[in-house]
Amino acid sequence: MPLHLEIVTPERRAFEGDVDEVIVPGSEGELGILPHHAPLISLLGHGVLRLRRGADEEEFAIFGGFVQVRPDRVVVLAETADMASEIDVTRAERARREAQRVLEGGMVEPADLGAARAALERAIVRLKVAERGPRSRAEHEGARRRPPVAPGPPSGE
Amino acid sequence: MPSQRDIRRRINASRNIRQITRAMQFVAASKLRRAQEATLAARPYSELLDDILADLAAVLAGDEHLHPLLNRRPDGKRLIVLFTSDRGLAGPLNSNAVRFAAREIVEHKGDLEMVTVGRKGRDAMRRARVPIIAHFPAFGDRPRFDDVLPLARLIADEYESGTHNQVDLIFTRFVSTLVQRVDLVQLLPLTPVADTHGIPGSQFIFEPQPEEVLNELLPRYVGTRLYQTTLEVAASFFSSQMVAMKNATENADELIDDLTLSYNKARQANITRELIEIASGAQAR
Repeated sequence: MPLHLEIVTPERRAFEGDVDEVIVPGSEGELGILPHHAPLISLLGHGVLRLRRGADEEEFAIFGGFVQVRPDRVVVLAETADMASEIDVTRAERARREAQRVLEGGMVEPADLGAARAALERAIVRLKVAERGPRSRAEHEGARRRPPVAPGPPSGE
Repeated sequence: MPSQRDIRRRINASRNIRQITRAMQFVAASKLRRAQEATLAARPYSELLDDILADLAAVLAGDEHLHPLLNRRPDGKRLIVLFTSDRGLAGPLNSNAVRFAAREIVEHKGDLEMVTVGRKGRDAMRRARVPIIAHFPAFGDRPRFDDVLPLARLIADEYESGTHNQVDLIFTRFVSTLVQRVDLVQLLPLTPVADTHGIPGSQFIFEPQPEEVLNELLPRYVGTRLYQTTLEVAASFFSSQMVAMKNATENADELIDDLTLSYNKARQANITRELIEIASGAQAR
């Protein structure tokens, strides 16, 4: 049974479709969701959302919000969600530098400080997602799995 | 009888005005389309947020004291947020909203304060000496979610501080291109919708505790409601402006036709007079 995934932000629907697996950055840690997951509502942190469709993988940069999980359906309500291919690297880089400049400059209003920190965090996650880009499953699996165990010597005899 | 030259000047002036109103009509039409798309695009988020809030409400069993935005208080002032536009030339849009607000204030006497969004509303309320605690410029052609957050924070703070016990929004709802209706909607205290469809809220696991999820969700809920309102107001503004400019263009057409007729009449009268002068001059000789 496929898992129906929706990623929505206040401004638009960033993604809708059937996937095999989705990993979201929950506030309490990464959360891998497969079909038939128990009903769950969780807060989201800032980070990378990964979804897998057959052999394809796609990544989104996600900031804050909620995820609602039902056995056949996952709804991600994020403040912003950017697909890896949509991210403008130069813009994110500029935003990162700008935020860093504000933070290092000192003499900022507390409200500006918070905004600058949030902007910095956003820029960093965006850059991280953009750098990695979409990858094939084999490559991804290879990176994640432990190296295959060499067949031991035939036992017994 | 105005001279030929006067009439021609008026025809030219009407032509120039027609050119401007027609341009504004087309600009408004294309902006309206974008505003409508934005309104539709924003709908899923608020519906899904409603859904999660309903699940939460089911778990927390309507305990009003869990969060200050849910508290119902017997006493306090009423806060009205009035949405208008910064600019005019949009037909009766702003005056309708202002008149609605004025009637609301007169009919429900009591202590109230106002937050205005959009210059037109602020100017009218200032003239009426209604206390305005804050003003925001209208959020422009294409409001972004981030734009409404300061307004959302202000409203939530006002409510949580206990000075206000009710927050209402007065804004122009976009019904269709031809119909926009001024409406009053209560924003606070929040009333979650009933948990009707899908899995009952009690079966969900909450991570972290439901109370913490609620703390995160409610301020965002206020922001989402305000964002939707600003989108509706933007769509209403452009459709009202489009219709107003269409009417103005048609009026200019009519005016130009009338003036052209008078111009031709004046010209004909001149020619006739000259002919008579020539004829009588010839006769006199």
